[in-house]
Amino acid sequence: MDTLIQDKLEKEFQEKIDKDIKIEPNDWMPESYRKTLIRQISQHAHSEIVGMLPEGNRAPSLRRKAVLLAKVQDEAGHGLYLYSATETLGVSREDTIDDLHAGKVKYSSIFNYPTLTWADIGAIGWLVDGAAIMNQVPLCRTSYGPYARAMVKICKEESFHQRQGYEIISNLMKGTEEQKAMAQDAVNRFWWPSLMMFGPSDADSKHTEQSIRWRIKRHTNDELRQMFVDATVPQAELIGLTLPDPALAWNESRGHYDFGDIDWDEFWQVVGGNGPCNKERIEARIKAKKDGEWVREAALAYAKKHQTN
Amino acid sequence: MSSNEWPLWEVFIRSKQGLNHKHVGSLRASDASMAIQNARDVYTRRSEGISIWVVPSSLIIASDPSEMDAFFEPSDDKVYRHPTFYNLPEGIEHM
Repeated sequence: MDTLIQDKLEKEFQEKIDKDIKIEPNDWMPESYRKTLIRQISQHAHSEIVGMLPEGNRAPSLRRKAVLLAKVQDEAGHGLYLYSATETLGVSREDTIDDLHAGKVKYSSIFNYPTLTWADIGAIGWLVDGAAIMNQVPLCRTSYGPYARAMVKICKEESFHQRQGYEIISNLMKGTEEQKAMAQDAVNRFWWPSLMMFGPSDADSKHTEQSIRWRIKRHTNDELRQMFVDATVPQAELIGLTLPDPALAWNESRGHYDFGDIDWDEFWQVVGGNGPCNKERIEARIKAKKDGEWVREAALAYAKKHQTN
Repeated sequence: MSSNEWPLWEVFIRSKQGLNHKHVGSLRASDASMAIQNARDVYTRRSEGISIWVVPSSLIIASDPSEMDAFFEPSDDKVYRHPTFYNLPEGIEHM
């Protein structure tokens, strides 16, 4: 395209963004805005789907099991709202999923850690869904209309997930010494990976600056991480849990909690595909797609047959 | 890679009696009845609706956003369509 026209369109686009006018699917948008959105939204969708783990088998009661299955069903729904938003950008859901399977796009690093005990389900609901909510609430105001609308729906549903996790952990903390130890152990393992969910520090985040300018993101990774720490520390204290960070302390002058350094080597290893469960998680997705192939084929054949009748 | 991707459908939901159906998103389904079933599971898990419409996405015809200004301009240049255009004599408060 003529560079003059291109410049003019980009200028008008940025003016719309600056005025908080939402961008809708058929509106003109810079190619890199479209690509950034496809990457971010599909990554988000994949995280919802990869996170649908069948932990229900471990639930200690029917109530817990029913709740957990409802949560897993919500996650399938959230994945679908987000795939639906991605499809408005001109990519098909299947291509997006194939990119995940081919290792071309990522999903949240947190799902590459194993869940060992029932307490992990509590820690994940409380910390992981808690971190996700911290990320997602500002995305309800993101500049791309379909993404913002999907996030509004997701946020409404997500708070039950965090509460159910906190309830599991709180109940364990009211239990026997063994149950308390189980809760503490889960928190010890999931605390740091939860902080890593916010992504690399601002200095190392190559996408943040542009995403903030386009109002795709409303806060930087470090800002969100701080908000999460500030919100979570009192919740841990209330039920007698110790967060595994000796450097964690209230800083009166900043009005925030200080916390220790994240092990970025571990973060990059997990993001790069070398976490404890990366291989298993992707294999599970590929298998699910392959095993469902005959169902999709049969349904299409059935639909075609009934069309011609 | 398979070429068996199901068609895309747009979903519209009436949240309660007396309101319009409103677009809520899309989904993939092999036929209309599956699209309705999936729409129920995906978009109405918490009593968000009492009625669902699904339409194949390929059948939606949309206006062109790049022509928005010219296209909708006729509604801006006829101020006399709005009641505030008219002067009312003193003494008439409600009309």
